[in-house]
Amino acid sequence: MRLYIDPKEGKPIYRQIIDQIKYLIAAGRLQPGDELPTIRGLAEELLINPNTVARAYREMEQAGILATRHGAGTFVSKTASPMAYEERRRILKERVRLLLSESYHLGFELDEIQNLVREIYEEEHIQTRE
Amino acid sequence: MTDFIAPDAVINVRKLSRKYWRKEALNTVSITVTPGVVYGLVGENGAGKTTLLKHIIGRLRARSGRVRVFGLDPIKNPVAVLSRLGYLSEDRDIPGWMRVGEAMRYTRAFYAGWDESYAVSLRERFELDERAKIKTLSRGEKAKCGLLLALSYRPALLVLDEPSSGLDPSARRDILEAIVRTVADEGRTVLFSSHLLDEVERVADVVALMHQGKVVFEESLESIKARHVRLLVSCAEVDTVIPNLPGLLQVIGGGRERTLVCEGELESLQTSAISCGLKVLDISRPSLEEVFLARIAPTNKKERAS
Repeated sequence: MRLYIDPKEGKPIYRQIIDQIKYLIAAGRLQPGDELPTIRGLAEELLINPNTVARAYREMEQAGILATRHGAGTFVSKTASPMAYEERRRILKERVRLLLSESYHLGFELDEIQNLVREIYEEEHIQTRE
Repeated sequence: MTDFIAPDAVINVRKLSRKYWRKEALNTVSITVTPGVVYGLVGENGAGKTTLLKHIIGRLRARSGRVRVFGLDPIKNPVAVLSRLGYLSEDRDIPGWMRVGEAMRYTRAFYAGWDESYAVSLRERFELDERAKIKTLSRGEKAKCGLLLALSYRPALLVLDEPSSGLDPSARRDILEAIVRTVADEGRTVLFSSHLLDEVERVADVVALMHQGKVVFEESLESIKARHVRLLVSCAEVDTVIPNLPGLLQVIGGGRERTLVCEGELESLQTSAISCGLKVLDISRPSLEEVFLARIAPTNKKERAS
């Protein structure tokens, strides 16, 4: 697990941790049952206040994303996946928004974009089936 | 700032004032540092940070006001205070003729709590040669050596004056790591001054902003962020003058799009911006650096080119 903290971003650091861990779960790079670093370990690695890591973990526990087993550590919750759909959708939405603004500046209309998406999807699909 | 004395405060400074010639170095400064927090002291050069720290470690006597560390006056009880306090000064004053090993043995003699195996492990981690003379060390190595001496008796309070100033990224990393490790050990407290605001934002729980000898605010980092808002707005014309919105601290940038750093409730700021004919493109929280710059801008609401 590799997280990147940018204190200049303005978004509180505990929020950055939560968003990135959610993303890693949504992307399947963290699986249910995977163990997370200790609070102290992550704080030292990211050079941030341990209280900040503790807060991020606590909020994710309350949301059912992480589960702490006393003495054993903190794990990705087994029930984390129902959350993941909304999260995946949110991430995709952000990407689509970027795609649309880029398309606008390049002078493409919606139907052209849709055609292009379909075209590429089919190409990729054929490739993976081969 | 109240005159409230927190009973368990590690550091308690009340209405401390100090004049150098006619210049007011400290003007009725009050701060409270509670156990287990990382307390960041920020401000421009000459804001009074070092003068305040010197009072806390007992190098300066309070002429007006009160300073208590662990509930004690550091001038009257230097041994009781200093034995539990680790200090890294801005100029890391270790005698240049000493070797690293000698500086360690010399410091050890003063502190009953000196932990030799911890000291050696720090020396190894910092890659310091015990035979090297202090004066031959690089800036970063000198800072690491000073930090080693300040940490090796596991003080309950670590005071660092501009610890990262002028250091390369690797030495800065070691300093930050030491702060994180110190506070991860239960009950230990860190007070550090810095003008590197992204470092303060990384590690501080509480931040005090000093400006011209005064404490502008002393607050948890979280509430500082919650209290300030960054609005990206679009104006009708390039030369539109941003109206005097309630809570507006600073306008950054020119042209049609400007960034407004404001203080207040997110919704009401948004509403008042819209009612002034501005189009709000984005709402976010400012970084500590943006809050800092907005707060100490020579005159409030001053325009700043980005």
